[in-house]
Amino acid sequence: MLLSEAISSTDFFHLVPWIVFLPVIGLLINTFLGKRIGEKGVGIVASLAAALTFVISVLQFVSLQAHPEGTTVQLAEWIHIGALNIPWAFRVDTLSTTMMLVVSGVGTLITIYATGYMYFDVRYKDDLKSYGRFFVFMNLFIATMMTLVSGDNYLMLFVGWEGVGLCSYLLIGFWFTKSPDGTSGVGNSEAGKKAFIANRVGDFGFLIAMLLTFWAFGSLQFDAVFAQAETVSKGFVLAITLFMLLGVAGKSAQIPLYVWLPDAMAGPTPVSALIHAATMVTAGVYLVSRSAPLYTAVPEAQTAVALVGGVTALFAATIAVGQYDIKKVLAYSTVSQLGFMVAAVGMGAFVAGMFHLVTHAFFKALLFLSAGSIIIAVERGHHPLGDDAHEAHHDEHHEDEPFDPNDMRNMGGLRKKIPVTFWVYVAGMLALAGIPPFAGFFSKDEILADASHANMLVYVLLTAAAFLTAFYMGRQIWMVFFGKPRSHAAEKAVESPLVMTVPLMVLATLSVVGGFMNFPTLHQFTHWLEHTLGHELAHATEFSPLVAVVSTLLALVALGVSWLIYGRKPLESGQADPLKRPLGPLFTALENKWYVDEIYEFLILKRYRQLAAFLADVVDWRFWHDWFHDSVLARGFRSLTHFLANPVDLGVIDGIANGLAKVTKGLASTLSLLQTGFVRNYALSVLMGVVLILGFLIFR
Amino acid sequence: MVPISYFVALAAILFTIGALGVLIRRNAIVIFMSIELMLNAANLLFVAFASTYASLNGQIFVFFIIAVAAAEVAVGLALIVAIFRSRHTIDIDELSELKG
Repeated sequence: MLLSEAISSTDFFHLVPWIVFLPVIGLLINTFLGKRIGEKGVGIVASLAAALTFVISVLQFVSLQAHPEGTTVQLAEWIHIGALNIPWAFRVDTLSTTMMLVVSGVGTLITIYATGYMYFDVRYKDDLKSYGRFFVFMNLFIATMMTLVSGDNYLMLFVGWEGVGLCSYLLIGFWFTKSPDGTSGVGNSEAGKKAFIANRVGDFGFLIAMLLTFWAFGSLQFDAVFAQAETVSKGFVLAITLFMLLGVAGKSAQIPLYVWLPDAMAGPTPVSALIHAATMVTAGVYLVSRSAPLYTAVPEAQTAVALVGGVTALFAATIAVGQYDIKKVLAYSTVSQLGFMVAAVGMGAFVAGMFHLVTHAFFKALLFLSAGSIIIAVERGHHPLGDDAHEAHHDEHHEDEPFDPNDMRNMGGLRKKIPVTFWVYVAGMLALAGIPPFAGFFSKDEILADASHANMLVYVLLTAAAFLTAFYMGRQIWMVFFGKPRSHAAEKAVESPLVMTVPLMVLATLSVVGGFMNFPTLHQFTHWLEHTLGHELAHATEFSPLVAVVSTLLALVALGVSWLIYGRKPLESGQADPLKRPLGPLFTALENKWYVDEIYEFLILKRYRQLAAFLADVVDWRFWHDWFHDSVLARGFRSLTHFLANPVDLGVIDGIANGLAKVTKGLASTLSLLQTGFVRNYALSVLMGVVLILGFLIFR
Repeated sequence: MVPISYFVALAAILFTIGALGVLIRRNAIVIFMSIELMLNAANLLFVAFASTYASLNGQIFVFFIIAVAAAEVAVGLALIVAIFRSRHTIDIDELSELKG
């Protein structure tokens, strides 16, 4: 039997539940046996669970070659109440398998990287016990993300949606206890809370959308809903899609709910890479792509999505220009690139959006992991651990100073110190900036080409964002790797071990060749997604040479401008940002993220806290407790009891009892007057009685 | 014969005198005498009716009354002697300590 025949006759669809079970088994092993198997064992178990999940995803991919239309694998019945039937079913089709491959593939690389990264991090935070907890949460994340992408209906998707929100909270606030290097743990848990609460606002929108879906369509199952997409009233579909957009804005960090993502950088860097760059934040894009039939039925909703994406892309890109924290630049870059994806799926370019999702996963994960490598390198330069300390002499004085390893102003000249990290970072940067033939060019160009046909305003917004993207990435490269080291730590920076650099190299390779997944004229990815989305929604984009040339030129110009400002005369230690003087207050606004957090605090959070304080102090304490309970209820009750005790009990009842006795006494004392002691009186009464009786008898 | 109404009237008068005597006189012995008078008035009536209707029942009943009167006087006089021995008076107005 030929291999192709063998593949076509057997399919591995029935193995798909293992994509959820394998990470769960991994996390259970690490939870209960973590202490026994030690750090190395925990890392191996977690990486193996993720790797095996990737293998299962690959098997699904292989099975789809023979059966491209996909299938549904039902695992168990979950909810069955009247018309509502929600089973725990896995939908294996080209769209969900794409997500599965990205999540498990990039997830495996990041987990392997994290085994090295967390080795250093737990030692710098002086908390070795937390090593196992980290990998438990990472595997939990992969399990819930798999639930999200493989769900057969909106509610299963929502279960995964909430699960990844939980994992995000747990991992952002991972260092919630006070760390010895001075960074208080409260900030980390505040960031986790912010992420959860902002996401909750989005989840509220998503829930309303689901309720409306069930109301209008009678089902939450994808196929059942999409079959009726054209026949249900447009008002309903518009409401559903707009509320879903709120959920997307929360999970995929769009305006107005993006504020949690930059704060989420408080979590360890592998978390930022996996959750807040490559996978969780793309859940919103996946949701819109999955709901494509609903969105294409209401063009107004599509315009709303596209505009939200476009504006967010430009807005976040401007903020990234003014940031000094290496991870914050990448965070705002992520928000901006998510804006690209959301704008793409909003304009009906679902293939372009998903393509950018995949390539972005590669190069953004690469950039974040490399940033982590840089941070660890600088930290090891600042405070050498056990092995390093033998090579470098301990400079006690420098170790005690407060030092932020994330701050780019403390770096500089690192390309000589950490060359491997430097080269992979360059690869990631070129991919993100959209320079051909790197991956980002093909995916971003496809989005821009689609935008030029669909919505000119969005095209302008995205092109401007692309220009700024190249600019701030160039700024970052010059600031971090070129010039002279601006601090002692940067002087002594050390390259990271192989367990961290090998995943970086794999991701760098993917960032370079990943674009050929959907090469113009070949369109393999388009044909792949066509099996799920259908021919009209997954149309192949015409390659527009004009758009491609314009975007490439703009990117190169932006890199050139960034070299002129930051590269030609590299930043000196203690020098202010060269853009500060020319841009003045504009740059201060950029540094302070356009004061959005402060505006939210003033308009929303402070009012909410005031409302809570009002409800607690005035309504609950003063009104309910003091007035109602004490004055009305308690006093009323007390006066009732006093009334019952004194007038009723003492007055009436005792009165009756005492009265009875008094009457008897009166009667007795009255009657005792009859007993005079005089015999003659007695004799007289006897006589009278006799006379009366005789009289009665005689005259009867 | 003497009409029966004379006897009835006489017995009534005797009985009334006896009753008044019991009520009015203060001496215990005089009260006893009045009681005797009442009893004898009853006796007279019994005998008179027995004679008029030629029935012996009245006369037999008189025997009973006489016996009872005798017994009662015996006991009563004994009581009076006992009272006189302790109180030195038989004025019934003075013997009124059993009162409420």
